[in-house]
Amino acid sequence: MAPLPQSTGGVTPWWRNRRLIPWLVQGASGLALLVLVAFLLGNLVRNLTAAGLLLSWGWLDNPSGFDIAETLLPFNAGLPYWRALLAGLVNTVRVVVAGLVGATVLGTLVGTASFSSNGLLRRLARIYVEVIRNIPLLLQLVFWYFVVFLSLPNGTAAIQLPGLVLAKSGLYLFQPELVDGVWHAPLRFTVEFVALLTGLVVYTGAFIAEVVRGGVAAVPAGQWEAARSLGFNPLQTLRQIVLPQALRVIVPGLNSQYISLAKNSSLAVACGYTDLYSVAETTLNQTGRAVEVVLILLGAYLVIDLLISALMNGLNRAVQLRER
Amino acid sequence: MTLLRRLATAVPLIASLSLLGCASEDGGLQSQKLATITSRGKLVCGVDGKLPGFSFVGPDGSYSGLDVDVCKATAAAVLGDPARVDYRDLNSSERFAALASGEVDLLSRNTTHTLSRDAAGGNGLSFAPTVFYDGQGVMVPNSSGIKRLQDLAGKPICVESGTTTELNLADRMREIKAAYTPLKFQTGDQTYAAYLEGRCVAVTSDRSQLAGKRTSFPDPAAHTLLPEVLSKEPLSPATVNADPLWSDAVRWTVYALMQAEELGITQANVDAKVAEARANTNQADLRRFLGVEGDFGKQLGLPADFVVKAIKAVGNYGEIFERNVGMASKLKLERGLNRQWKDGGLIYSPPFR
Repeated sequence: MAPLPQSTGGVTPWWRNRRLIPWLVQGASGLALLVLVAFLLGNLVRNLTAAGLLLSWGWLDNPSGFDIAETLLPFNAGLPYWRALLAGLVNTVRVVVAGLVGATVLGTLVGTASFSSNGLLRRLARIYVEVIRNIPLLLQLVFWYFVVFLSLPNGTAAIQLPGLVLAKSGLYLFQPELVDGVWHAPLRFTVEFVALLTGLVVYTGAFIAEVVRGGVAAVPAGQWEAARSLGFNPLQTLRQIVLPQALRVIVPGLNSQYISLAKNSSLAVACGYTDLYSVAETTLNQTGRAVEVVLILLGAYLVIDLLISALMNGLNRAVQLRER
Repeated sequence: MTLLRRLATAVPLIASLSLLGCASEDGGLQSQKLATITSRGKLVCGVDGKLPGFSFVGPDGSYSGLDVDVCKATAAAVLGDPARVDYRDLNSSERFAALASGEVDLLSRNTTHTLSRDAAGGNGLSFAPTVFYDGQGVMVPNSSGIKRLQDLAGKPICVESGTTTELNLADRMREIKAAYTPLKFQTGDQTYAAYLEGRCVAVTSDRSQLAGKRTSFPDPAAHTLLPEVLSKEPLSPATVNADPLWSDAVRWTVYALMQAEELGITQANVDAKVAEARANTNQADLRRFLGVEGDFGKQLGLPADFVVKAIKAVGNYGEIFERNVGMASKLKLERGLNRQWKDGGLIYSPPFR
């Protein structure tokens, strides 16, 4: 800081002290904020107590009394609420992890396709991005579930490929068999899961494609030309020269797309998938513990997103340009 | 987006509770809710909005149905005009938060009266008298060949989340030891759409609701209700626990509709009955009921003639039933349990005295 302009003779009065005043102002605003928050919290607790709604967590141990359609953890209606919420959380994590992988693959393919020398491929990539980006996700989920997947036939009429069957009831992998008109397979996903995953992947994929396109475009054209003159073919150039450099630009952008995907997964209820939000909603209605359930929801999504963020920041440090 | 909507109802609840002053403690006999409604000049009523017979938006944007008539009767009793109602469409998951936060004054949305919803330690609602005694049923397409509940073992069943039906279904299927797959949707529209698309072989809800929804199916005759009744579902209007005076006003407005049927007072003859009561000082019961003498209205914080206004607006309970869900409607439901107690039903108003 530049030396303070001293007034001619005498001591600077305290209200003109450039060091003291910011401290005083900030301290006073901080104190006012604290008092306000304390007042609001105190009032909240007092009124919640008066309304008999003060936070309590004992209900988490009560039997839930409802069933969940598909779970990785075994669950039945006799198990307590916290087990139901846990099963919901696992379902959310399952669709988020699968969605992250799918959206990244799709986004990278489409993002790089927009640099293709093939004009048709380039235009298709642009059309995909522009159409998908500009339609609300909720509408897309409803479309995928009710229009696309629920129009699939069941039984023998289902779509059959080697090792794969796609029917109205779900996706069956690894040697599906038809027993009494119902498909069975070692690996089965319900149509609700498949619809939600498709919706999330297609939607987030469009945004990731833009992030990837931006990253690739940020690599100077000279790098492409240099690689070509060294005899690299286009695919090699992309994989070994351009993408490693583009990653530095891509990763921070990916981070926010990944976080969006995790949050958007709470739209699962639109297509009947039992995620954390859906379980929490049922719990809220059965117990009436609105504030607690919303707090659990907020906490869970916050933790998931912070985890994704931490992982991506780690990745970011790994791909960053290290200056020596 | 859905999370946002949940927050949108939870945040005002928290905010209003945290900002609520302490001035309301010396309220005395003043109902804040009644004062709010009177000064606003409108009753805000939470309804389903998509359930034929109970609350349904017509092509001209007007609401009709049994639940809607309860809103209209209450508006007429409080404000003197059945048209002064703002309707809010609520799904089954939103309804209690909307009521608790004060977003709606009255919830008239085919809501089952249960202990946990009534208790202060649960949802903390205050229920008005039951306006429709219902039971949970299961509907299947005729072509499915399903005849009884047991036939549903191992099959997907569509259900609306956040309803008592979701829990009853789990209980009953556990009782008969039949595993099943519950497919839960947030709104009735989604639930019935998935059922009609054939994702589930059955859909479960209150029997009246199934009958109501069936009227809007492309081919209503292709769907049947299974004979089993899974539960008791007394559907009742509800208000918040915190304002007992307002709850009383709603409660006795609903009772008035039932009492009117018992006394043979209808929308058409209510004016004649008032004239009769005025002329005949011996008919003390009728005079008190219609507000010609006594101060029942004042005791409830309502105008003296609130009963007359309510009946003029929507008719008595029997008329409301027939018009919306009975033989005069598309639903063609029997009165059944919803007959007057004198006819062997459960509709029974405590005495107006």
